[in-house]
Formats: sequence, structure tokens, C-alpha cells
Amino acid sequence: MVTVTFTANIQRHVECPPTEVTGRTVRECLEAVFGHAPRARSYVLDDQGALRKHMIVFVDGHQIRDRATLGDGVSVGGRIDVMQALSGG
Amino acid sequence: MTARILVGSRKGLFTVTRGSDGWGVSDVAMLGDNVSLAMSDVRTEGRDVYAALDHGHFGVKVQRSSDGGATFEEVGVPIYPPKPEDAEPEPTENNARPVPWSLKKIWALAPGGPAQPGTLWCGTIPGGLFRSDDRGDTWQLVQSLWYHELRPGWFGGGADWPGIHSVCVHPDDADRVTLGVSCGGVWQTRDGGTSWELRADGMRAEYMPPELAGDPNTQDPHCVVQSPSAPDVFWAQHHNGIFKTTDDCASWNEVAEAGPSTFGFPVVVHPRDPDTAWFIPAVKDEARYPKDGKVVVTRTRDGGKSFDVLTNGLPQQHAYDLVFRHAFDIDASGDVLAFGSTTGSLWVSEDQGDHWTHISAHLPPIHSVRFG
Repeated sequence: MVTVTFTANIQRHVECPPTEVTGRTVRECLEAVFGHAPRARSYVLDDQGALRKHMIVFVDGHQIRDRATLGDGVSVGGRIDVMQALSGG
Repeated sequence: MTARILVGSRKGLFTVTRGSDGWGVSDVAMLGDNVSLAMSDVRTEGRDVYAALDHGHFGVKVQRSSDGGATFEEVGVPIYPPKPEDAEPEPTENNARPVPWSLKKIWALAPGGPAQPGTLWCGTIPGGLFRSDDRGDTWQLVQSLWYHELRPGWFGGGADWPGIHSVCVHPDDADRVTLGVSCGGVWQTRDGGTSWELRADGMRAEYMPPELAGDPNTQDPHCVVQSPSAPDVFWAQHHNGIFKTTDDCASWNEVAEAGPSTFGFPVVVHPRDPDTAWFIPAVKDEARYPKDGKVVVTRTRDGGKSFDVLTNGLPQQHAYDLVFRHAFDIDASGDVLAFGSTTGSLWVSEDQGDHWTHISAHLPPIHSVRFG
């Protein structure tokens, strides 16, 4: 399983509790989360499915490189943190 | 008299109402959130209220109220289609950067006609026009405009990308819709959006090389309004001055002088007199503040031949309030006007601008002011 956590700031708009999912990439894991919390999708991804400009995702503490297709790999037992980038103010 | 004003601000949606002791803030919704635009639907006598939000990190959202603003629910947002590899020739002559096919900002919200109770129009950055027929639950891109051969010639003015900020629905024929585009001129459909015509002849763009100054597709009308009582008359506060048409946008004529400046963003027109319109000038494009630090409203009652400079109740020294294109409105009576500024001040006049009352100096930066 992979644990996905979300920034606390998103919680005032849409409920996103820490969730355990299965998946081999960031995309697969996030899609699994959005399957349970569909409203969260548009808060994290833009209308083209890419990570929003001022969002940032870490896998086990490392910032992902593929913001467009979210193809970065995730290991079993890993952790994905969906955070706000400070660039967004 | 309309007794409610919706004030969309950088940090929430404020409701301003008129009580026995005058106008004042009576409610706030979405406190802390960036409300870029708010609209009350006249077809429901104000029960339906829409607010466009830009959450920054979390993107653009739309909230709808069905109870006059007491409660809101999140509804759908316009979604751009995937961008094909060969979508358009880029870069174009005027646009050195590819335009993203992705919603950046909701820049216009307008109700459809009286016989279209669920219809809304939505203008966006980067230039897509969307239509909803279910009160905002779902939105459809108006493909006839997005895929128009001239649309790739649009470019951003002030914003990074082009956008539709003005949507004027003909009061007698809801299939006739006119748009203001920055930068892309004025566009009009007479068939409900099936086909579109560029109608900005006569406008003038100083920011273009001389040979392109008259190109209608490069014009930057900051705000376009249609006279409800004489729908062939439109006023435009343009980047390079004030323009007016009396022939349904076939030709535009420039107003040479209007008080301290013809530069600004908003314009409003009297609901029953097409010759009466109001503007709020700033110095000019590279100096976006009131001339000499004096906030004034300019008013013409003769179709632009002459202007009154209205100052009663407005600050006349060291005032640097700028008023954005959606932050000025007139009520249905034609007597009450209100505007809000980038520095959080809100003024109301109940006598067509002769006297102004300062409602607040401490609101967040104001993006939109709408009666209803």
C-alpha cells in the first residue's frame, strides 16, 4: 500500500484525509484517491490532468519530476505528500 | 430601488445592503477566498447568485447560491478540451507564446435571455467562451469561436493570455451576444453562438505598429457595455480611449476628451438613456492611478460630446484607487451607482453620480461590484 496525504490547507475546501491506496506511479495512486474523493481532483490537477502550477508532490520526501503525466514511480510502503508550493503565495 | 450590492474581493464576497441608516456591509461569504467575480441572476430576482473563485494553488472554482446568497455550493467549471498537436499555427504574428488550453481565470459571467432560465455565459482566460444550460452544473466550450481562424491572433493585455471579459446579451434577442476580448476586439453572434463576426472597426491600438493600429483583432477594449434601451448602442472603455457605436458594432467612433483622461477600465450605461454613460479614469496605461491623486467619475449625458467631472464625496488628494473593469455598476433604476477600488474602498451614489458616499475604506482589494 501507499499512503497519500494532503496539505491541511486543502481541507477547508474539500475533505482529503490520509488515504492508503495501491499504485505503481503517482498518477495511479492519485487516481485511486480521486476514485473515493472525486471533488479533490480539480483542486490538485488542472483541466488537462497536470499537477496545478502551484502544487507540489513529494514521493518519500523527493519532489516528483513529471508534473504533466505524474509518471514518477512509487514503492510499496511509500508515502506521497501533496503539498502547496510556496510559489503560489 | 435596488438595495443589494455584491462585492467580489480578494478575500471574500461581501453583501452590501441599504438599511434605514444607509448602505453598509451586511454579510460576508467565503471569507479569505479570492472572489474574482460575482453575479446575481436577474431572472430569479436575485435568488441565484454565482461567485467565481481563484484559489491560486487549487485553481478556479464556481460557487452557486439558490437562496439569495445565504448558502453556497460548488458547481462545475469550464473545462478546456485537450490541445491537439496541430491545433493552431504557433507562434502567430501577435502571439509569441503558445496559448495553454486550460482554464486560467473566469473573467465574465452573464445570464442568458429571459426565456433561457438555466443559461449562463462564461468568458475566460485564455480566451474560451463557455455556455451552461443547467445553472452552471456543466459547461460547454463554444467551439465555433475557439476554433475560429482569427482566434489564434488574440493576445494578452495585462494578463499573460487573452481573455473574454465582457458578455452582452441582447435584451430582445438572446441569440445575439456581443463579447469584449482583451486583446481580440469585439465579437458578435446573431445565431446563439453558431457563427461569429469580428466587429471592432474604428477602434485604435497605439500599442501596435502603425500599420496594425486599426486591426480589429488586436484591439483591447477593457470593458464593453450594451445599452438596454437602445441595443444598437454600445460603449467601450478601450486601452487607448473611449469608443462608442450606434450601429450594433459595425463602426466605432472615438470620444476624444472626457475630463482628466480617457484611459480607464470600467464603463456603465444608463438603463433607459443610451447617451448617458459613466467612466472612472486613470492617468494612462503606464500610470494606472487617478490623475493628480484625485478620484473622479466622468459622466456624459449627450452621447460623449461633453463630460461632467464628478467629485462630490470622492477623495481629492493622495488617492490612488484604481477601479477594475467589473467593479462599477448601475442599478435598474438608473439612479444608483457603486464602485469599488483596488485599495478596498467602496462608494455609492444615489443621484447618478452627483454625490458619492464612502461606504468603506477597509475592504480587501475589490474585483467586482454588482447590483441585484
